[in-house]
Amino acid sequence: MPILDHLWIIIALPLLGAAINGLLGKNWSKPLVNAVGVGSVALSFLAVVEAVREFAQLPAAQIPWIKSYFTWITAGIFKVDFSLQIDQLTVVMLFVVTFVGLLVHIYSTGYMAHEEGYYRFFAFLNLFVFFMLTLVLAANVVLMFVGWEGVGLCSYLLIGFWFLKQSAISAGKKAFITTRLGDLGFTVGILLLFWTFHSVDFTTIFKQAAGMPVEGFWPAGVLTGISLLLFIGAIGKSAQIPLYVWLPDAMEGPTPVSALIHAATMVTAGVYMVARMNPVFSRAPFAMFIVALIGALTAFFAATIGLLQTDIKKVLAYSTVSQLGYMFLGLGVGAYAAGVFHLMTHAFFKGLLFLAAGSVIHAMNGDQEMGHMGGLRTKIPITFWTMFIATLAIAGIPGFAGFFSKDEILDAAGSGPHANLWFYWLGIIAAGLTSFYMFRLIFLTFFGKPRYDEHKVHIHESPWSMTVPLIFLAILSTCGGWFAAPHLVGGTDYFDKFLHPVFAAYAVNPGIEQGASLAGAAGAAGEIARTPMLELFHALTGWPVIVALVGLFIAWWFYIKSPDAPKKLAQSMRGLYTLVLHKYYIDELYNAVFVQPLLWISTNVFWHGVDQGAIDGTVNGIARGLRESGGQVREIQSGNARSYATWVVIGAVGFTVLMLGIWGMVR
Amino acid sequence: MSVVPISYYLVLSAILFGLGVIAFVFKRNIITIFMAIELMLNAVNLAFVAFARAHNQLDGLVFVFFVIVVAAAEAAVGLAIVITVYQNRQTLNIERIDTLKF
Repeated sequence: MPILDHLWIIIALPLLGAAINGLLGKNWSKPLVNAVGVGSVALSFLAVVEAVREFAQLPAAQIPWIKSYFTWITAGIFKVDFSLQIDQLTVVMLFVVTFVGLLVHIYSTGYMAHEEGYYRFFAFLNLFVFFMLTLVLAANVVLMFVGWEGVGLCSYLLIGFWFLKQSAISAGKKAFITTRLGDLGFTVGILLLFWTFHSVDFTTIFKQAAGMPVEGFWPAGVLTGISLLLFIGAIGKSAQIPLYVWLPDAMEGPTPVSALIHAATMVTAGVYMVARMNPVFSRAPFAMFIVALIGALTAFFAATIGLLQTDIKKVLAYSTVSQLGYMFLGLGVGAYAAGVFHLMTHAFFKGLLFLAAGSVIHAMNGDQEMGHMGGLRTKIPITFWTMFIATLAIAGIPGFAGFFSKDEILDAAGSGPHANLWFYWLGIIAAGLTSFYMFRLIFLTFFGKPRYDEHKVHIHESPWSMTVPLIFLAILSTCGGWFAAPHLVGGTDYFDKFLHPVFAAYAVNPGIEQGASLAGAAGAAGEIARTPMLELFHALTGWPVIVALVGLFIAWWFYIKSPDAPKKLAQSMRGLYTLVLHKYYIDELYNAVFVQPLLWISTNVFWHGVDQGAIDGTVNGIARGLRESGGQVREIQSGNARSYATWVVIGAVGFTVLMLGIWGMVR
Repeated sequence: MSVVPISYYLVLSAILFGLGVIAFVFKRNIITIFMAIELMLNAVNLAFVAFARAHNQLDGLVFVFFVIVVAAAEAAVGLAIVITVYQNRQTLNIERIDTLKF
């Protein structure tokens, strides 16, 4: 089995691409840079396809397939191998990362065509793919952390890609520092993991964790501690409350970066990590509750902010935060497969939304304000139709990818083994809000009368290198959820079934845990006979569908039927409107509560006090003391030989007296 | 014939040395200061010789020879310096030769 023995090839190819483009590409022509940049990811994708083909033939006993290449760190019992593993969860992530990554690379050849630093962009993008693949292939938590930090680095580099723009630089730093807060939790979590299990290998950890009892809700034990610390890392990386503030600002980066890193892959690393650590999380009910709570709150809270944003990318950014909240809600209520399912479908439709938004921005010559758009539907039809499909998918319109995954999460939240009606209703409301702000985006951008200056802006459809990825992603946004479609009529959810081994292997209670999530909404229906038609009827008339349609209708009413309505509503609820428009003043709050005090302490205590006062004061004080005492002493050096002679005599006499005195005492 | 006690020599040596020191400190003329140094050296020589005689050992005498040699060399070099100083400054007043500072 060639590729499975050489899993490193999958990650080495993008790294090689990054190295070649980064070191040599500066003076190369664009086609050559394209060939290296896109080619390396394409080959990596093919390697993944081959690896998955071989993986499919493995006997179940050999899964997860672990390949250890060399020992990286040894210190006492602390041993870290460079080892990669592949299981069903990894397969899903590999497909998402390499396929969406490939499409974004192709798209970038069109989108970035006129940019300075073209080779640099592709080098960073390849480097990102390398780190992301390391993250998902890692067989131990330390190697995973390497990928985790690496993608953060690439995120920083790519947000600040236009490094002459002050706002881009600040956004890059904000992203890096904010996620670093979460990484602190992750790091401590890794230490606690090692302290508890004396190993960092997933398999070893999981086997031991499986032998531990489920902890109490409160007070809890070490597994809860580990889970919460790891989840802090996920909060930072996946932009959840309270560390989500970096993601909207990250939109300063080029749009393909927003699509790949800040929608499809990197921000879902937290979701992947929690799903990967499911044997630990499952035994920490309090941590699970927190995961679900944070997820549900974020899903709702970010969606409300998205309602009033006018920058097309900002809407999508808050939407991403909100959708990530859904994924954590799914994980938190124990529906790991549903969370990962939503991760995958979200990668398709949100990646598509961003790329399509990039196409719109491209057509608008860089303008991102929806207030300046309107009526683009006929001018850029491919962009419109693909973006429309993605909107249907994210809004949860039946038949499209997002419907299936969101439905599964809400089912689990509403009627799963860890159901919580508060979370369920937060999720339902957020689904309605999602539908509203997405259709608002579509109506403002593509419908109505043009609000741009038609003499200055010449709307044009993007080149094929940009539209082809859009079409591919539109197909996936439609069909990507169909794995679960038979479930609607009471059949099997193939996605759930595929991931089953990963989440059942160390599950607390294998049969019940997974069975319940498979049963889904049907469980709520109770003893009523489960005929396929009834199942379908239930799914299509459930709250998620109703709120999605209501959101669509309100958006249509506000932005097509009577465009004055939003203004009137805003005036009648001025206070709330201002609050939401300013994103609940969270940035201002953080600035006042964290940044300013820190700045004050740094300036007045550490800079003026410690550095200038204590450290500089000590050094300068010693110097000043020496200079002043030296000034006094140098008066002795009068140059007058007689005064020297006098000192010699005084010294000699003094010395003699001293010696005689000592001698006398000794005697 | 009674032997002169060693204390007499030592007292004389101390008096001579003290005079030399006083002259060294208070006199202004370089030549005089030079003479004061010679006086101190010879006071020491006297002490050495007295101890050598009292202890019936040669070590003190050997030191005396060394001191005489050094004094002779010093006289040669020192007087040469004095002449040069006078040629440059037209004075031998030690208080006016004070540029060797700072």
